[in-house]
Amino acid sequence: METQSLQIITASNQWGALLPEIILGCFAVLILFVDLLMPNLRRQIPRLSILAQLLAAAVLYTGICANCERTGSEVLFGGLLAQNNASDWMRLFFLLGSICVTHIGSVFLSRQSLARVEFHHLVLVVTGAFMILVQSQHFILLFVSLETVTIGFYILVAYRRDSRASLEAGLKYLIMGAFSSGMLLFGVALLYGAASNPELPMAARHPLNFEDLGVFIAASNELFNNSTNLMVLFGAVLVLTGICFKIGVVPFQIWIPDVYQGAPTPVTSFLAVSSKAAGFFLLYLLLDGPFAALGYMTTPLLTVVAIATLLFGNIAALGQRNVKRIMGMSGVAHAGILLMGLLASLKVDWALLAVFFYLVTYALASFGVFEVMAHVADVDDSDQDMDRYNDLLKREPYLGGVLLVSLGSLAGIPPLAGFMAKLLIFIAAFQAGLYWILGVALAGVVISIYYYFGWMRSAVMDNPFLADQAPASIASPRFGARLLMGILAGLTIILGFYQGFFPF
Amino acid sequence: MTQLPIAFLDGVSACLRSAGTSMSGFHVYLMIFAIALPLIMALALAVSGKLPERMVKACAAIGFLVPGLSSLWLGAVYLASATDGGYMFTVLADLGLSSRFGIYLHLGLNGIALPFYMLAGLVGMAAGFYAIQSGVERLRLFLILLLVMQGGLMGVFSSVDVLFFYFFHEFALIPTFVMIAIWGRTGRKAVALEVTIYLTLGAMITLAGLIALYVFTGATEFSMTGMRAALWGSGFPHQGTLFGLLLIGFGILVSLFPFHTWAPRAYATAPAPVAMLHAGVLKKFGLYGLIQIAYPLLPQGAMEWGPLLLWLALGNLLVIGFVTMAQRDLKLMLGSASVMHMGYAFLGLYAYSTVGIGAAIMMLVAHGLSVALLFLLADVVEKRGGTADMSELGGMGTRTPVLMGLFPAAMMASVGLPGFANFWGELGIFVSLYASPTPWVLYLALLGIIISAVYGLRAVAKVFFGEAKGEIPDGDIKASEKWPALLLLAALFLIGLWPRLISDPVNEGVLQTFPDRAPVITAPAGEISLTE
Repeated sequence: METQSLQIITASNQWGALLPEIILGCFAVLILFVDLLMPNLRRQIPRLSILAQLLAAAVLYTGICANCERTGSEVLFGGLLAQNNASDWMRLFFLLGSICVTHIGSVFLSRQSLARVEFHHLVLVVTGAFMILVQSQHFILLFVSLETVTIGFYILVAYRRDSRASLEAGLKYLIMGAFSSGMLLFGVALLYGAASNPELPMAARHPLNFEDLGVFIAASNELFNNSTNLMVLFGAVLVLTGICFKIGVVPFQIWIPDVYQGAPTPVTSFLAVSSKAAGFFLLYLLLDGPFAALGYMTTPLLTVVAIATLLFGNIAALGQRNVKRIMGMSGVAHAGILLMGLLASLKVDWALLAVFFYLVTYALASFGVFEVMAHVADVDDSDQDMDRYNDLLKREPYLGGVLLVSLGSLAGIPPLAGFMAKLLIFIAAFQAGLYWILGVALAGVVISIYYYFGWMRSAVMDNPFLADQAPASIASPRFGARLLMGILAGLTIILGFYQGFFPF
Repeated sequence: MTQLPIAFLDGVSACLRSAGTSMSGFHVYLMIFAIALPLIMALALAVSGKLPERMVKACAAIGFLVPGLSSLWLGAVYLASATDGGYMFTVLADLGLSSRFGIYLHLGLNGIALPFYMLAGLVGMAAGFYAIQSGVERLRLFLILLLVMQGGLMGVFSSVDVLFFYFFHEFALIPTFVMIAIWGRTGRKAVALEVTIYLTLGAMITLAGLIALYVFTGATEFSMTGMRAALWGSGFPHQGTLFGLLLIGFGILVSLFPFHTWAPRAYATAPAPVAMLHAGVLKKFGLYGLIQIAYPLLPQGAMEWGPLLLWLALGNLLVIGFVTMAQRDLKLMLGSASVMHMGYAFLGLYAYSTVGIGAAIMMLVAHGLSVALLFLLADVVEKRGGTADMSELGGMGTRTPVLMGLFPAAMMASVGLPGFANFWGELGIFVSLYASPTPWVLYLALLGIIISAVYGLRAVAKVFFGEAKGEIPDGDIKASEKWPALLLLAALFLIGLWPRLISDPVNEGVLQTFPDRAPVITAPAGEISLTE
């Protein structure tokens, strides 16, 4: 019996399915050796890293094409992992995102006297962890990959050891991150305890497996109803709380402004895009999977959270002058819209695709903004007042143009992709009947115009009161940066007109 | 003798008709190019780096000329073909959202859209040429933004798809904000921000209303025709709420009475070509949307909101009318006047008859032409006199005789003097009000004519007559400023003499769009041919 089940598990260990992650891991180790053994190759490390990610992306894309006929999930590694089309596209999303992060990082590091290799190493490791995270089918794997991500971020956020802001951000992120991991773990433990209680109906054999847990939570008999079991409810809420910390929705957004401001720009972009996307996919995975039977409790809870997030994010962004804090607070507002889409996706089947489309447009625009930020920033990149962008369009037309397109997309101005993404989420929310959140979201869009336009205005116009100050030193983008920004801004425009890449 | 011109006209119309059938492929490209060419030119100017100024001007001129001429050509072909007000020149392109949402790039012109489309082309040409010659700073950026606006305007009124209808509107709206912020008069930053937030609010409410309409009708296509087809002969619930959303959303965009506060200052602050395009064309988006979408689809909601709309429209007409009379700044006065005239159009909608709606369209087109003309001339006056404050201007008539001829003519057109297009619109609205269940409204509406005559004549008197004040170093209106003005004046005059140019397609379009829901009212015998 034992050997038989071991054989079954071994047969499901298809390492080939994780080839992209393995490539990333190997390269992450390899570049550490390159740094040690071949110091004259050091300058090539960003390129090497991007190459590795492109290779992994190519492998992954081949896998997606080969599996395009697949319906449903493929469970691997004895129930630890489940691969389906959605998770595969998310993996590709993280890979392409980390290419942008690597590039922003190389621009950022070229102005700093910091260790370089470790940064790229960590980005590769964290990306690999993100990719495993979205495939997890088991709380153990979920927690391990989430901790890999979080510990990587502890180091990355405090990467500028000579800067008070970065260290402060690192400390805040450490405390908050540890706290949220603790909550998550506590919730998992409670769920484990409840689900393995043999008194309750359908007690699970593998209580941490999503599928078994889902069956357990949905079960009831004449004595017990698991979905109203207090321990289950408490555990589920704690797990959701842990994830809500990661995506930064109200009331768990307190760490966002300081950490976004203090962290190095590439790390901020990593947090803003990949970390948020991973959190949302995880939320979907749980709400649609094991917690599906708890919808009567989670939906109203998250509705309140979404409304509060939309209001808080937009209103708090109004008073900011530091552009990194604006990106942080507006990111909170975007999280609110994503949460609305996520709630809609529990009722409307195509809404998950709309959420994915929103994530893609948000990533394109955010990376565009952060890439510009990396060029505009001084050595101390936590101190970026809006006035630094004064008249950017005239001084560096390329950077100014990309900034305008990206901000316009974030603000949801037609014909840019951000508008279509918002529109699709709004239609989904309407079909799902989420009128209250929708009303708040529309008001939020109007509010958001104020701070995005303030930033755009300072990029377009010359402020006469700043004329006597010495113009800030702005790096002129090199060819690689121009190419990347061109692709980002170009896709932002093209996706505004043509959405046929997505199987709506 | 009289046979000859008629035979000639018959010949022309036969040619155009055959063109309409044999050249449909060409017309499809014309529809697309009217939108795409200004955008392509804007893009070309944006990426081209440093160009000699003549090249910049030539590129921009092409970008304004092509949509203008193609709108006139398409209009002529449409008028010559017997379409019964249905859609012509249909373009259908799949952009990736068709299977799930039924969203296509769906262009086409029906009897209601056509006048607005031609208005956009004409005013675009006039504003474009005025802008090219105006010699503003950072001319290239100015022209790029104005071209984007023009592309959006051509798209708004040729869209059948509701999403693209909204999409193109935003397209045209965004440059307005930027241009007010950069090239406006004093106080431009505050005004730009106010306009941006106010109009975005309106646009968002409109968007919510349109999405709600789409979801509740259960249409498979997000287009005007698709939603109409889905509802053919059947009502649906929540009409009052939906109509309210659309009325307030569109109302903000079109400066309906309590939501009008953004408009006068925005027009007064904006550079003249922007004010021409926005007040003349873009603002019509709101009423056009109500006529094409809200009224035909939501007759029940329209009935419920009718009484309130009446008071709001009278507020536009009378309250803003008196506000207009009190203005001292010429441009501010024109801005208020354009808000006031929207009251007539809303009264036409309130009457909710074929005559009323048709006359409202006539009124909107005429108002678009005349207000664009007035903003152009007011800008010339301001440049010549150095100020737009009417108390500091005076006696310009003897020193600028040509301007003195144009400005009063434009003012009279806007007041509604017979012979100009505005007269037919206002007359039709009065007729429809008299035939409505509340004929007493007519007398209040007639007050509006007196009010506009008072401020119009007073403005003419203060600027052109009386004691000569100040120096006029630049002399009379220049040829480059005169031609755009004459173009607009000629259009006003042509429609004034021959209103069937507009009223025929509008009449057929209204009868098609409002199938036996709108009570058809027979107009009293007269020249106006708004009913069969």
